[in-house]
Amino acid sequence: MYNQPSPLEVPVLTRRFRLPNSHKIDTYLANEGYQAFEKAIGMSQDDIINEVKASGLRGRGGAGFPTGMKWSFVPRQSPKPKYIIVNGDESEPGTCKDRLLMEFDPHQLIEGILIAGLAVGAHQGYIYIRGEFRYLIEHMDRAIDEAYARGYLGDNILGRGIKFHLATHSGAGAYECGEESALLESFEGKRGNPRIRPPFPAVAGAYSCPTVLNNVETYCAVPSIILKGAAYFAGLGSPKNGGTRLFCLSGHVNKPGVYELPMGFNLMRLINEVGGGVRGGKKLKAVIPGGSSCPVLKADECDLNLDFDTVAAAKSMLGSGGVVVMDEDTCMVKAALRIMRFYAHESCGWCIPCREGTTWLRKVLQRFHDGQGVKSDIVLIGDLSRNMLGRTFCPLGDAAAMPTIAFVEKFRDEFEAHLDGKPCPYEKKLVAA
Amino acid sequence: MADPVKFTIDGQELEAAPGTLVIEAAKRAGIEIPSFCYYEGYSLQAACRMCLVEVEKMPKMQVACTLPVANGMVVRTDTPQTRGARKSTLEFLLTNHPLDCPVCDKGGECELQDMVFRYGAGESRFTETKLHVDEQQWSPVVYYDGPRCILCFRCVRACEEGMGVAALGVVNRGAVSLIAPNGGDHLNCDECGQCIDICPVGALTSGAYRYQTRPWEMEHTGTICTHCADGCKTTLGTRNDQIIRGNNRDRSGVNGEFLCVKGRYAFDFNDHAERLQSPMVKVNGKLEPVSWAKALEVVSKKFGEIKARGGKFGVVGSNHSTNEENFYLQKFARQGLGTNNIDHRRTGDVVTLVDALSGTNGSLATTADMYERKAFLILGADLAVEHPLLSFQIRANYRHHAARIYTVTARAVREDDYAVRSIRKPAFSEFEALEELRGALAAEPELVILFGDTVKGPDVRKLVEFGQSLSIPVKYTALVDYSNSRGAIDMGLVPELGPGFHATGAAGLTLPEMLAAGDLDALWVVGENPLAQAALASKKAFVVVQDMFLTETAKAADVVLPSASAYEKNGTVTNVCGEVQRVKRAAATMGAKPDLEIIGLIAKEMGLAATMGPWLPDTVYGEIRRTVKGYDIPLPLVALGAQQTVPVNGRVGVDVRPDLVWSAHENLFTSGTLGRYSKILNSVIEKRSGAATPEQELARQ
Amino acid sequence: MTFSPELEARFAKFLAKYPEDRKRSATIPMLIYAQDEIGSVTPELVAEVAKRVGSTPLQVEEVVGFYSMLHKGKGMGKYHVQVCTNISCLLRGGAELYEQASQKLHLGHKQVSADGFVSLEEVECMGACSWAPAVQINYDFYHDVTPEQLDKLLSGLMAGKKPEEIAEVKKVSC
Ligand SMILES: Cc1cc2nc3c(=O)[nH]c(=O)nc-3n(C[C@H](O)[C@H](O)[C@H](O)COP(=O)(O)O)c2cc1C
Ligand code: SF4
Ligand code: FES
Repeated sequence: MYNQPSPLEVPVLTRRFRLPNSHKIDTYLANEGYQAFEKAIGMSQDDIINEVKASGLRGRGGAGFPTGMKWSFVPRQSPKPKYIIVNGDESEPGTCKDRLLMEFDPHQLIEGILIAGLAVGAHQGYIYIRGEFRYLIEHMDRAIDEAYARGYLGDNILGRGIKFHLATHSGAGAYECGEESALLESFEGKRGNPRIRPPFPAVAGAYSCPTVLNNVETYCAVPSIILKGAAYFAGLGSPKNGGTRLFCLSGHVNKPGVYELPMGFNLMRLINEVGGGVRGGKKLKAVIPGGSSCPVLKADECDLNLDFDTVAAAKSMLGSGGVVVMDEDTCMVKAALRIMRFYAHESCGWCIPCREGTTWLRKVLQRFHDGQGVKSDIVLIGDLSRNMLGRTFCPLGDAAAMPTIAFVEKFRDEFEAHLDGKPCPYEKKLVAA
Repeated sequence: MADPVKFTIDGQELEAAPGTLVIEAAKRAGIEIPSFCYYEGYSLQAACRMCLVEVEKMPKMQVACTLPVANGMVVRTDTPQTRGARKSTLEFLLTNHPLDCPVCDKGGECELQDMVFRYGAGESRFTETKLHVDEQQWSPVVYYDGPRCILCFRCVRACEEGMGVAALGVVNRGAVSLIAPNGGDHLNCDECGQCIDICPVGALTSGAYRYQTRPWEMEHTGTICTHCADGCKTTLGTRNDQIIRGNNRDRSGVNGEFLCVKGRYAFDFNDHAERLQSPMVKVNGKLEPVSWAKALEVVSKKFGEIKARGGKFGVVGSNHSTNEENFYLQKFARQGLGTNNIDHRRTGDVVTLVDALSGTNGSLATTADMYERKAFLILGADLAVEHPLLSFQIRANYRHHAARIYTVTARAVREDDYAVRSIRKPAFSEFEALEELRGALAAEPELVILFGDTVKGPDVRKLVEFGQSLSIPVKYTALVDYSNSRGAIDMGLVPELGPGFHATGAAGLTLPEMLAAGDLDALWVVGENPLAQAALASKKAFVVVQDMFLTETAKAADVVLPSASAYEKNGTVTNVCGEVQRVKRAAATMGAKPDLEIIGLIAKEMGLAATMGPWLPDTVYGEIRRTVKGYDIPLPLVALGAQQTVPVNGRVGVDVRPDLVWSAHENLFTSGTLGRYSKILNSVIEKRSGAATPEQELARQ
Repeated sequence: MTFSPELEARFAKFLAKYPEDRKRSATIPMLIYAQDEIGSVTPELVAEVAKRVGSTPLQVEEVVGFYSMLHKGKGMGKYHVQVCTNISCLLRGGAELYEQASQKLHLGHKQVSADGFVSLEEVECMGACSWAPAVQINYDFYHDVTPEQLDKLLSGLMAGKKPEEIAEVKKVSC
């Protein structure tokens, strides 16, 4: 692990991380590894899916869709082959957890994939990993080789007549390919433009065949659910939000890092007790609770529990678990600008509102931050964002619009402080710091 | 049929078949939902987001272009929210779109302009700098201006799905995305220009048309393309009697919006500097310009003399003259000159086919059948290059109705890409593959068989026998060349048959026989160039040629009469599927006259006006209606759209000469004399073949 | 086009991963590994990959332009220094690191040194947010990078050293 553990953590998915050679299959086997898979072999497809449903597991990729439900959408009778696809694109700014799950416990992921395969009757899986994670691709390949060598992958797994093959697949730098349908296009060797939905991947995914597509962390939770039971897993979290999740704490805290905590863990406690408080004893200004597409929370909104429903009720999102902490010296215009630069860079270009909207907003915010803003720009920024919201082809447009709306609405005074040729009031402090 | 779905759009209670898209259902009810990327017949994109509508019980607006209607669905297309969305989408679109409408070819015909006019805001709030890239030329006829492109992907789909070529793609990402050609910096394609036509804005422009005129300065005339036998409707835009543009934007005619490179661009032969403008008479071995009166006098005197002494005439008509001209010409030959020595270049064995089908009904395929019938057998023809429209129709049929295609050809053809079976057989042995296909074909619900000039005479009969033995409904098309090959045979331009395939029972020389006859006294060639391939044996023959250009045959003539092009006259032509269509004058002539008028004037000069009757196209058509079976169709109906004709239904009674049937197999970029004089076709050929000159390219064909 | 035996072996492995009629899936992995070997995505490479996966060159070209890590033309330097300035890194000095690198190397965004040894890119979030600011040199991650460490890395590179020879700074390894 790259950071010290916190005593408040509840290590479930990360419980083997600190074992020596945690990534090796022997370590894994010696520590409950592949037992859930063996158990699942004895279960019916419905039993597995019901267990996952009952666990309250919700997708860890961002949208928080109930995983068991998603699996149940895969048509059993389809004559087509079925696929398990793993979303290891991990590119939502603020998020760096899937990386660790693959690095420190790759077999847990493989086992989760195998169980998903049993649940829907798939015999082939692919792990789509962002191209920047080259070392992880090769690392995962070694783990897959180990699994083949030990009979956990292949045509006749453990001599039980089960067939499952698994391979990694490299991306090449495109945030949009984290969006599930764009990921499938990219996987098929095309531009990463999203697809028209319906049909959803469960019905027509990879190669137009029924496909289960989940985030790395989602699959990694599955072995624990099967081995220890849905009730155990559900009991770890809060209502309708089963289990633990890996929170990626970053920004102005003393102890940034990835921490596994129960769903529903309080955000202020995460910052102060797990993260050691705001760096330099400064005051907290704002927090992005779930990756850069989630609306920012003001300091006084941060006393809330980190589960999907509570954060949604606060008009933000739990997203991918990237908690970005900003102290009192942070320029909110600059933050909004940097985030918009990202979305403008990553917009796939398919639909007009996102393609043109992000580019325009990037230009306005840049000009604004450079001190060339005029008062009507503040209205314009909000307007343009609202004109994108809910109208784009895929949620990337929303991901760009929502945080921007929150930045202008919640920090209007900071925008006004930049007006009429004034230099950014925070720039000097930042340089001094 | 499944029960129709009931739903409401803007308060109107509507019904439609399940699966109908809201945007289509609305259109049928007269409600416009604006769109850029949606294009009927091509795959769905949902990219432009112009078509957002409100649907009750759905929290967000929905795109009407991918949303199927559902029972009880309540749609609202015109609300403050939808209006706001359209306005803002247009505002977004205009941020990087240059506002160079005053110099843009599309100005006045631009869908973006229209949208902004109807749904847009009066002003933009965009004050930043626009993205810019330079314009690119991709071929002699295709230019791309990136900043104007709104990325609706229509061109990409028209090329890939419509043409089966896939020469256009999308490169880069986000706001700097651009359309790109398959050759890196240039196009390797059919150069059909569909991409330009389908572009809603001025991003793709035509090398032939760009910066020539404003659209509203042109007159528009709907007529029929004069190049191949498929008979596409084309709308010619003219200014001061100059043809500036060819397209088919009203999507009428047998071709919908399809046009190939020839139909779209190769009208420019019309303005070629070498167009003949004055009659010429040979004096001391040299052709000298003379007045029309003088030339007509020379011809009529000589014809009169030869007729009086019972001399030997040879009359050659053309497979791109109008039906009226050909009918009138054969009448003149047979009744005026008293000869049955009349022929034209035969390019497909229609006669044997019609004879073999005697007694059946509806056995000749129509152009519409190519889009509607369920299976196709293509024998010995490369449709994509020789019959671009038929190929386009069959491809659309495959896309929309999963038509099943079987090809038996000597070389690979484009249809192979989606054929269920492709068999390679050398020319003239295509038959050998039939038995191999029998089982598969017999299992089809219905079939259209298209065959080229390698199937003729007895082979056509065998083919029809094979077709009938399949015990499924089969229709046939004998593929022919040029804009009126079908009409030429229907009008009786052969010695064996008069109009309507009536056996003449009289002897007569065929074209090769005329050329070979050492004692021929006169050769009268109307719109054909037989001396390009063969020599004239008779040294004494008086040669009269009506043509647009000084062809090899015209050079050998004693009198040359300049004729009008198909774009300069009225009349009818009959396409490869036997559909008669109206050609309409789009430009006036300069010195030349329509062949019909020239023939009439010769008749008048010879005192045969009463025998021949008026040389007005409509009057002659009236006679065709009375004389040629299947052509009894009122002109206004023909003007409305193609009408299929069957010139006879019964045994033909004589065998026509299959050995005289041969196709020039002209490809997309060549088209006989007319193509030779089209600068644009030549520039495209030049570009395609690298070092080869246009002449070399033509020689290679 | 000829590639090293290692790359050929890799290609064979890639192509074997996907169903028989779905070799196009190998397009992106092949492009990126081939770029590592030959330095950039050349027109020849595009044509070669197209041939091997059964696409048209245009279909491959469409892909190349979409992905940030695929570089046309001359490509990036032998050592491609990527500094993340996205939100988490920004908050911990990523932008200043990028500025520092740019000044020290005399290179701007996506520029390559004259000898082709080093290049610089300001990149989007690379998944190291909790260990910000982060830098990647080729595929190797450097976490919690300080200006001093960056200076050492860059000085080393400018002296023609490989990153692994720059003893004071360690990449993250697994
Ligand atoms: C623009 C965009 C980017 C996304 N990026 C990622 C990503 O990097 N990783 C991921 O797991 N999910 C990402 N998602 C979410 C996926 O679309 C999908 O919902 C998720 O992979 C499903 O898995 P889950 O149910 O396990 O969360 C992204 C979504 C959008 C709209
Ligand atoms: S919102 Fe539109 S342009 Fe943006 S990434 Fe999605 S489809 Fe592409
Ligand atoms: S027409 Fe529906 S999105 Fe373009």
